[in-house]
Amino acid sequence: MEVNVEARRILAVSISKLYASRTQRGGLRLHRSLLLSLVMRSARDIYHSSRESEESTGAHSAPEEPMDTSSSPGEQTRLSEAQHEPQPALNSAELAPEEPDNADDCCDRDTTEDKENLSPVKQSRKRRGKASAAPDFLPSKRARLEPGEERYAAPLGSCRAGAGESLTTLSLNRVIPAF
Amino acid sequence: CAMSYVGGEPVETSDMQWCFSQVKGAIDDDVAEADIISTVEFNHTGKLLATGDKGGRVVIFQQEIENKNQPQFRSEYNVYSTFQSHEPEFDYLKSLEIEEKINKIRWLPQKNAAQFLLSTNDKTIKLWKISERDKRPEGYNLKEEDGCYKDPNTITSLRVPVLIPMDLMVEASPRRVFANAHTYHINSISVNSDNETYLSADDLRINLWHLEITDRSFNIVDIKPANMEELTEVITAAEFHPHQCNTFVYSSSKGTIRLCDMRASALCDKHSKLFEEPEDPSNRSFFSEIISSISDVKFSHNGRYMMTRDYLSVKIWDLNMENRPVETYQVHEYLRSKLCSLYENDCIFDKFECCWNGNDSVVMTGSYNNFFRMFDRGQRRDVTLEASRENSKPMQVLKPRKVCAGGKRKKDEISVDSLDFNKKILHTAWHPQDNIIAVATTNNLYIFQDKVN
Repeated sequence: MEVNVEARRILAVSISKLYASRTQRGGLRLHRSLLLSLVMRSARDIYHSSRESEESTGAHSAPEEPMDTSSSPGEQTRLSEAQHEPQPALNSAELAPEEPDNADDCCDRDTTEDKENLSPVKQSRKRRGKASAAPDFLPSKRARLEPGEERYAAPLGSCRAGAGESLTTLSLNRVIPAF
Repeated sequence: CAMSYVGGEPVETSDMQWCFSQVKGAIDDDVAEADIISTVEFNHTGKLLATGDKGGRVVIFQQEIENKNQPQFRSEYNVYSTFQSHEPEFDYLKSLEIEEKINKIRWLPQKNAAQFLLSTNDKTIKLWKISERDKRPEGYNLKEEDGCYKDPNTITSLRVPVLIPMDLMVEASPRRVFANAHTYHINSISVNSDNETYLSADDLRINLWHLEITDRSFNIVDIKPANMEELTEVITAAEFHPHQCNTFVYSSSKGTIRLCDMRASALCDKHSKLFEEPEDPSNRSFFSEIISSISDVKFSHNGRYMMTRDYLSVKIWDLNMENRPVETYQVHEYLRSKLCSLYENDCIFDKFECCWNGNDSVVMTGSYNNFFRMFDRGQRRDVTLEASRENSKPMQVLKPRKVCAGGKRKKDEISVDSLDFNKKILHTAWHPQDNIIAVATTNNLYIFQDKVN
């Protein structure tokens, strides 16, 4: 359990670092991005494997997200493909109170507030419903826009467009091909 | 002085007592980012000491002639030349700024009166010539002293201009610019022992240059995968062997070192030797990969060993033994339990350098809280010293410092939680022949000397 909390926190910290490195002077540093993605991968694997063992009742038949625990490159590609699919409708009422103020809050978060695990909706590999709602450890701030960029209207029903966007743009292996 | 045996050869290692000699840089606590020192390097005689900073500036210090009346004061280093090596640039194609920070400086061995050094930022390497001018011509026929041309009608006689002494002027001029050869960020440059070529390494590629030729370079290592999504490691440092001009090594983010022989093939993707130590499974954590990434690799002066620095340790490798290092020194093992916090505050990404002393008997590297560590290989002793303004009285002997990892803190010990992680020593250099060291804190350069007995 503790490992899970730790993993979530590390993931949150890593994502903020990836965000920050986009605006770093001198451009994205390949070495740093690689190390960040390695840490994120470990944390993500542990996070998901511990979540799976939590939900061993079988309510969820498949890993809820394309990011499954094995980290072979082929599956990574699927990850990036899956993330391009449009955000499906989300239940805004359930999600809105979830929004954390910052990444640090997630450590204090009780698992009973983890709305994602409450839903018995069958999870598919594609992002859909509550499963594709960004995990609560993602930063609630939206990505800073470059000059000239526009924030496009969020997909219908998605009140967490910002966070969803972040998951879309932050495929672990997408970090590297940016070069 | 004591005698000990390192690698089967007797070397003199003495009870070194390090004393403060000088400190360069602003006393101000408010550090301007441009003044942050990013590289330090002695030249081959040790008479010159170069520093590069984040603002693209190079400052060269020269050791003044020894004061014979006070032999306990080895000579001082004073500013010899200052010049702007690199300027910020903009890559329009990628919409990226190219930082002017000097990543590395390497001196060329001296061939004539002038001194030459290579300095590099993330993308461009420059060869600088530093020359002295202490005479100037006087008595031109056609020009006045101020340079204005004379009215030809006033010239009635002919004379030969003479060279008269003037105040020493040190000029730095860029002689070569080696550009546009690196897609990724340059982390190393290394001059070959043939004195004609040098290598430059970025995250994925190593290029071989001839010092005279700027429009071409040979790619000798390329680890870029066909599919970037399969990238698992990057090159972190590279260096030529000090004597064998066909041999070089490069280190990786996975903690491996590859030795390559350029005679084997044009593209050295296949290594001649692979140095790797199996990971201790009991130390596995989220951050194992980050801390095993090698931040610096340096050959010993005698060319028989190489030293690598990763986040927590310094390792000495015998070039004839690939499966494990011959010596491992823990720099700050007390940080192992703090890796998560060090990840959060970014310190875990700090790239520490390391260096050998002139006879390869002692190695040195930096740490946090402005501490730096020396490991005496022969005597199996290590010491932690601090570079601080408080210990800056002339010839003040540095007192060894100790970090208390846990439990009861003794007097004079400092606890891990009190360490200042903003005060980091990443760059250190050791005089090639003498016991003089240059230690860079964020924006100050400290010079320490071994007390002459």
